[in-house]
Amino acid sequence: MRKTLVIGATSAIAQDLAKLFAEAGDAICLVARSDNKLKILADDLQLRGASSVAMQSMDVLEYERHQSVVDTAVEALGGLDLVVIAHGTLPDQAACQDSSELTKKEFEVNALTTISLLTNLANYFEAQQRGSIVVISSVAGDRGRQSNYVYGAAKGAVTIFLQGLRNRLTKSGVNVVTVKPGFVDTPMTADFPKGALWASSEKVAQDINKAIDRQKSIAYVPWFWRYIMLIIKSIPEMVFKKLSL
Amino acid sequence: MTNRSYQSWAGYPVVEQEARKMNWQTDSLPLEGSDGKSFLPYGNGRSYGDVCLNDGGIVIDCRGLNHLIEFDSENGILRCEAGVTLQEILHFTVPKGWFLSVTPGTQFVTVGGAIANDVHGKNHHKAGTFGQHVNCFELLRSDGSRRLCSAEENSEWYQATIGGLGLTGVITWAEIRLRPVKSALIDQEVIRYSNLTEFFEIAKASDQDYEHTVAWIDCLAQGDQLGRGLFIRGNYSDTVQNRAVRQPKLNLTVPLEPPFTLINSMTLKMFNTVYYNKQRKDQIKSQVHYKPFFYPLDAIYQWNRIYGSKGFFQYQCALPVEHMEDAMGEILQRISKAGLGSFLTVLKLFGDKPSPGLLSFPMPGATLALDFPNYGQKTLDLLNQLDEVTRSVGGRVNPSKDARMSSEDFQHHFANWRKMEDYIDPRISSSFWRRVTAES
Repeated sequence: MRKTLVIGATSAIAQDLAKLFAEAGDAICLVARSDNKLKILADDLQLRGASSVAMQSMDVLEYERHQSVVDTAVEALGGLDLVVIAHGTLPDQAACQDSSELTKKEFEVNALTTISLLTNLANYFEAQQRGSIVVISSVAGDRGRQSNYVYGAAKGAVTIFLQGLRNRLTKSGVNVVTVKPGFVDTPMTADFPKGALWASSEKVAQDINKAIDRQKSIAYVPWFWRYIMLIIKSIPEMVFKKLSL
Repeated sequence: MTNRSYQSWAGYPVVEQEARKMNWQTDSLPLEGSDGKSFLPYGNGRSYGDVCLNDGGIVIDCRGLNHLIEFDSENGILRCEAGVTLQEILHFTVPKGWFLSVTPGTQFVTVGGAIANDVHGKNHHKAGTFGQHVNCFELLRSDGSRRLCSAEENSEWYQATIGGLGLTGVITWAEIRLRPVKSALIDQEVIRYSNLTEFFEIAKASDQDYEHTVAWIDCLAQGDQLGRGLFIRGNYSDTVQNRAVRQPKLNLTVPLEPPFTLINSMTLKMFNTVYYNKQRKDQIKSQVHYKPFFYPLDAIYQWNRIYGSKGFFQYQCALPVEHMEDAMGEILQRISKAGLGSFLTVLKLFGDKPSPGLLSFPMPGATLALDFPNYGQKTLDLLNQLDEVTRSVGGRVNPSKDARMSSEDFQHHFANWRKMEDYIDPRISSSFWRRVTAES
């Protein structure tokens, strides 16, 4: 029975992923802000077959609790095999351009909190010499674009942090998965008109689940984003700076 | 903001509406800054016509209400949020030995949508409609009130909401009764029959011993072959499987919408003739998985796109038992003469189990459902001709599939429609409701 910690558990992708973990019979510990939502999700996961479900409510900005939340999860689950970090927001780029305060806050939620949690978790997994760390980053972190570079910079920081972490932990037998979703139809993206490139959170969760099972390092979800980003990354800056992407 | 991804299944009419999401049953309705615009709950968008559309207003996408709440595995009672789809329910309950008491021809509808349209299936003659297996549900209104509705409690709200087309409020969760099954298999018999008279004979003889009955008909056959087709009947299998169920693995999709319909008189004639003759024997018994039995079209994801960008119309009428044989013959004649019609035309006898729903569609008698490509006026003229027959015998047209019936016809078919007005949420409206209640 796998022991799984999900941080940002009430996000759409994390919920769908947790449902797959529950069907596989995992013991699960959920972390999110709202008690109400945690309770609704926990009942659902219990029914779907989770061998146990524990909950902790925390705002990721409470840095001082990061270590204790991990400790409590380890205690509740009797160990830890898999952690998924999925919390995040989608900053209003235009509003960030008018406010360094907001820019800082968004960067903090989307990058620093994740990096802080990872710092604590990495030591646990390194000592244990096995396990998987899965973090939802974004294709937006592959290249800065005028339409959402605050978000992109935060996700890019997470991606590079994970790259280094993977390099450090591989020799300890710990697998680090950087998940890069493209456009996903979730509450976070409710205001966007949806086109052919959009995927449902269920589909994305299935793809992430496969990437975890196959011990992938970098998972573009759905897969075709690897090629879209390959093209976007290969455009020379001379040209790219004039594009409106 | 207009959202192209919230349209109806038949792709007609195309509307401009804003979409908002509701993701938690404890949330209030997402109506901030809506300037008093009307809204409409939206499930998985499988309604054919405009009951799921709100042109110029807001639709509230309830798919995020997708949590299971409680399951009584002794008695087969499931409580879940209203955005859970029937597919998700079956995935959860079939391995535990329970099946939906009533299922429509697609598993991609939500529980909320199934209640709001009081859907029926191949076992209407035995089990009635979906709404007859709903113990209770919570109804959230725009004034923030939440009502627990059941046959005993708030029963008038229960009746107005079952088949209420989403107009009475948002169903946040519901509790439904399931029926026990021993496996995921159906013992199926397919009988080829040669005309409408034979259909009625076989159907009447089958309804006693078979829980599920339906006929696929060749809608282009004429003369003494009018109404010929394949009669499909089945029961949940008593065979307990001890091996993993063989499920159809083939998942096809129609990835793009062609600029014109792929269904025309030539492809239609070819398909119908081949399908009618697909089995050599007149009667074949087999054991099949529930998916191809109940949901043959679900295997081709987004099959609706084959009708092209102009979309299509689905016509479903119910004809009362005393006139059903003659009226059905007349309707089929008008369709085959026009040479229009679909690759899946279904005919079935309804039973006499009344639904609690005020606006529920089924009535004792026969029902026919089929699709027509949208050729504009030519198609509308044919549908008007079919309406004449339906109206003349006191039948009715199914609102959940309609995009064009006249307000006179609706008000005539559904005499209870004025009673609904007491229960409709003052902030809720739909393109359908505005259309069929317009002064004529």
